[in-house]
Amino acid sequence: MEPIVAVIVGVLMAATVYLMLSRNFVRFIFGLALLSHAANLVIFASGGMTRGRPPLIAPGASAPPPDISNAVPQALILTAIVISFSLLTFALVLAFRTYQELETVDTDRMRAAEPTSAGADAGQRAVG
Amino acid sequence: MNWLLVCPIVIPLAAAVIGFAGRGSERTQRAVSLAGAIGLAGVAAGLLSSVWRDGIASVQIGRWPAPYGITLVADHLSAAMVAVSALIGLATVIYAFGDTRPGPLSRALHPLLHALLAGVCGAFLAGDVFNLYVWFEIMLIASLALLVLGGTPAQLDGAVRYAALSLIATTLLLSGIGLLYGLTGTLNMADLHLRVQEVEDQGLLTLVGMVFIIAFGLKAAVFPLFFWLPASYHTPQTAVSAVFSGLLTKVGVYALMRFFTLIFRHDVGYTHELLLWVAGLTMVTGVLGAASQNELRRILSFHIISQIGYMILGLALFTTLGLLGGIFYVIHHIIVKANLFFVSGAVNRLAGSTDLQTLGGLYRDKPLLAVLFFVPAFSLAGFPPLSGFWAKLLLIRASVESDEFVLAGVALVVGLLTVFSMTKIWLNAFWKARPDEAGPAPSFAPRRRWLLLAPIATLATITLAIGLYARPLYELAERAATELMDPSIYVEAVLDRDTVATAAPGYGDNAE
Repeated sequence: MEPIVAVIVGVLMAATVYLMLSRNFVRFIFGLALLSHAANLVIFASGGMTRGRPPLIAPGASAPPPDISNAVPQALILTAIVISFSLLTFALVLAFRTYQELETVDTDRMRAAEPTSAGADAGQRAVG
Repeated sequence: MNWLLVCPIVIPLAAAVIGFAGRGSERTQRAVSLAGAIGLAGVAAGLLSSVWRDGIASVQIGRWPAPYGITLVADHLSAAMVAVSALIGLATVIYAFGDTRPGPLSRALHPLLHALLAGVCGAFLAGDVFNLYVWFEIMLIASLALLVLGGTPAQLDGAVRYAALSLIATTLLLSGIGLLYGLTGTLNMADLHLRVQEVEDQGLLTLVGMVFIIAFGLKAAVFPLFFWLPASYHTPQTAVSAVFSGLLTKVGVYALMRFFTLIFRHDVGYTHELLLWVAGLTMVTGVLGAASQNELRRILSFHIISQIGYMILGLALFTTLGLLGGIFYVIHHIIVKANLFFVSGAVNRLAGSTDLQTLGGLYRDKPLLAVLFFVPAFSLAGFPPLSGFWAKLLLIRASVESDEFVLAGVALVVGLLTVFSMTKIWLNAFWKARPDEAGPAPSFAPRRRWLLLAPIATLATITLAIGLYARPLYELAERAATELMDPSIYVEAVLDRDTVATAAPGYGDNAE
């Protein structure tokens, strides 16, 4: 199971990098969503992937059998999903408000905070 | 003493919630905000004196024993950071009373400010890595909301950059935590210190350490990951940029200090050597960026970056003296840097601008403000007898003792270039005659004057006091550094020895 998950994480990361290299901020946010999925899968895999061995303690025993899959990472993922969902929502609203104010989603053309005249030449050079 | 550890998180959270619920009445909300800030300062001082007296304090939430439950820990470093954050929080709340007019902005500002403080204090006190992540996220969402408060194009633009890089950083942090858990099977930091020594493949551990360097490095704005900082810090309300400049990046520095003294100390020759390079390059790029700027707050933003380099240098040397200098530097820097942003806000209120070209004559018109700028500015540059002098002296001495002569030289040259930037501000904003087109001599609205000047004056006095009588802070930093260099003190304070011995070996350990 682990190799498959590793490949999926790799594919998600590749897609993330591709999307994040875009100048379009909305695409960047989609990349971010994929990135958080990749991170969650990494945590999921770190808990171990075994079939049909739930992390249950048998009656009378004081510890679960040794080769169960760990349940803690799944709890961590639940927390992480909620957090990344809220941040993603914020990022989408931010993108929309920025579009309303600056009338662009192209990050190279967002120059309100660092106007080109005053030392944002570095950014310009990166474009050219 | 348990409640002392919980209060620095609960009080600002309560102040945020009550402040949000009471946003209908400006007067109630301000009272709640002030009470919350004073309460936080009180418990933070209590926590610091308790740790000073009795050593490291820890509390197991819900009485779940240490490696399994949620643990809050306050060693000397955490307690000092909480205390100085509470001080900045109080100063910011009072400054915001004077700076932000009553209205929707002010009503949103105060609850969010307390939410930010809760996140910051939580991150300092968290005893396990996942809770550290959660507090980072609380801090992040509060700071994002504070950043766009006002909704001007420049703020939104800055927030886009800040959000983009911060969100990558937190996701990386999360993956790092997952990988670390996969290797060791624990999240508790004290337990991690023990378990990482049992990991067979130490190379993998170094790799995971690199993930954390990148994640925390983005937060701390080190070279080459700092681009979000100068793009966003000059855009929000003055009170907001002051609290950001004082606290946000320093949480990243704190996390680096914690992780790379407690968990990742197996391959110092690689990880800390890398941090040395990062420290040197951060100092140089930050100060050169500042030299090219002509706007007050943007100069100060770039200087945050160069100062972060000094703190990382203290960690990277990995000696007691180095860490001592680094910790001294962090505390001195938080006070000084937040104060400089307060001054820039006062200048903006007075003259209606922070562009050095349109400013001038402030020394003649407002000598008091000029003196209050002089103290933190030249403390930042490292003039004796101000606090920055001792901080720089300690770090340079630590570098020389570790035979890092190049870095000692870099630190000195960067100090000199900081003097250049500060004199540039001094000459242009305070000393030269006011440009003719700037209009008549400016002045504060009378009722605001003291609300703006009181926090600036208090912080400047503290800077001066640290400079003239550095002994107490030196001793505090020395104790904190000793604890960091000898993690067994921390581990013993958190873990019950029996728990460690009887915990079934291998449970939750899925490394194989």
